[in-house]
Amino acid sequence: MRYAAKKLFTLIITLFIVSLLAFLAFQIIPGDPTTAMLGTQATPEARAELQAELGLDRPVPVRYWDWLTSFLTGDFGESYSYRLPVAGLLGEKLAITGVLILMAFLFTIVLSIPLGILAGSIRNPVLDKLMTALDQVVMSVPSFFLGILTCYLFGTLLRVFVPGDFVSYTQDWGAFLSYLILPALSIALPRVAMTVKMLRGSILEQLGEDYVRTARSRGLPRGEILRRHVLKNALLPVITFLAVSAAEIMTSSIIVEQVFTIPGVGRLLLSSISNRDFPVVQAIVVILAAWIVVVNLVADVLYQLADPRIRLR
Amino acid sequence: MNKKTKGNAFLYIGGASTLVMTVLILVGLVWTPYSPTEMDPSAMTCPPSLAHLLGTDNFGRDIFSRVLEGAGTSFLIAVCVVAIGCAAGTLMGALCGYYGGIPDLVLTRVCDAITAFPSFLLALVIVSVAGKGTYNVVLALGILFIPSFARVVRGEFARCRDLNYIRSARLMGVGDGRILFCHILPNTRAVLLPAITIGFNNAILSEASMSYLGIGIQPPQASLGSMLSDSQTYLGSAPWYALSVGGTMVLMILGFSLLSEGLQQRARRN
Repeated sequence: MRYAAKKLFTLIITLFIVSLLAFLAFQIIPGDPTTAMLGTQATPEARAELQAELGLDRPVPVRYWDWLTSFLTGDFGESYSYRLPVAGLLGEKLAITGVLILMAFLFTIVLSIPLGILAGSIRNPVLDKLMTALDQVVMSVPSFFLGILTCYLFGTLLRVFVPGDFVSYTQDWGAFLSYLILPALSIALPRVAMTVKMLRGSILEQLGEDYVRTARSRGLPRGEILRRHVLKNALLPVITFLAVSAAEIMTSSIIVEQVFTIPGVGRLLLSSISNRDFPVVQAIVVILAAWIVVVNLVADVLYQLADPRIRLR
Repeated sequence: MNKKTKGNAFLYIGGASTLVMTVLILVGLVWTPYSPTEMDPSAMTCPPSLAHLLGTDNFGRDIFSRVLEGAGTSFLIAVCVVAIGCAAGTLMGALCGYYGGIPDLVLTRVCDAITAFPSFLLALVIVSVAGKGTYNVVLALGILFIPSFARVVRGEFARCRDLNYIRSARLMGVGDGRILFCHILPNTRAVLLPAITIGFNNAILSEASMSYLGIGIQPPQASLGSMLSDSQTYLGSAPWYALSVGGTMVLMILGFSLLSEGLQQRARRN
């Protein structure tokens, strides 16, 4: 309980620092968003009026506090370029990206753990080398190139899927989910390869431990040792690794959205960066950062639930 | 063949492929079979042939020459990024690890926090604040690569600080600067070399991602990422364009990741 409270406290502090940095980063920019909105020909009066309207004439700490408190109540400010509430702009896009990230994460877990266990228990040296080589190659393919390859293979050659023919979940959940399968796989595969490599190493390391030798000398069959003793220990570091993966999956999804023209948060973020639409960039960055921090916290808690030795310390 | 490198297939294959790539890229900086920007209307979207090793693109430009140029840009950027990250990170890690104290505590925490976030996301923020362009990309990625180097170097310096040979050096009246850089630094190469190769990998990948998204290297300067984004439009008519650009990227990343794997194995065996 005390552990959870301490973790929660760290979480809140981290999120506070992240939000402060995200806010300050956009305060040091040379130039004024009003110039971009009104053009360089604008009169000083018009600019001052707009500055007052956007609240840019008040001191930075006041603006930060206002921004933070309204952020917490779900009011993310107003987009400079669309003149619409950021929350409204984000709503559907967040859901789309969220589903994509979740799907990619599920693929990563579902594929990497069985494959990793397989890679760790292969005893044929040729097969082992082959698998390691394949793993190393898949690991080196950037997810956006993998996305382009899938577009080419399934879109141009096999014609089972039309790149760009995206259907939002508001229209048809089935079509929405099936469109996301290939992007999610492109995001997941390099991460699967990395997790497999990691799990294989972890299993091999555990197999060299004394308790394995003891178990073997007691006459336990190899499969039994692997299942009952080794996996319990070998899977522990995978939890932490998957948390890192969750962060990486999020960045890959920003890029892969562009490959498959999925109108998610990534595309909004990129167009907002190009338009210097800072309230939108700020909101997206804070939300993405919060996601990473929360995932790390969940991984920490899971880790200590799975490994009682941590709690005893 | 000595004991340390025996049977280390990763080191050999990775080293060899990195070497070949590097030589090709260096040659590409001074000589390419065709001019990367020369358009040949009589040879538009030609599949790979002897005249054009990797075919031509929609303007009749030789893809092999363009890939060489693009890989050169990506390579040079990666070198700069790793140089910034490694130099600043090593200095920071060395001072923190050797002297310790409150600055060490604070900087370690900051580095931990930064490495928890994907460097790509942070680079996006920096570029969105500072603007697009080659220098900003190099600077943004370089700064973001500092913590990863600082962390590994700091650990080594903290470990070596109280070893006997350093103590004796101190007793002999050797200055701090000399101890830091002549006595401890050479001993960190076992962790520093893999870190540099991993850094190269990440730098190439991050730059390619940013250029692919159009916020990294700006045209007309060629880079693998922006070429990949161009080639996607012609996936139906000239698939070899995307395949050769992406394939080059994969080969570069694969070479460096094998090399870092091999270096780590060698470090473990010592």
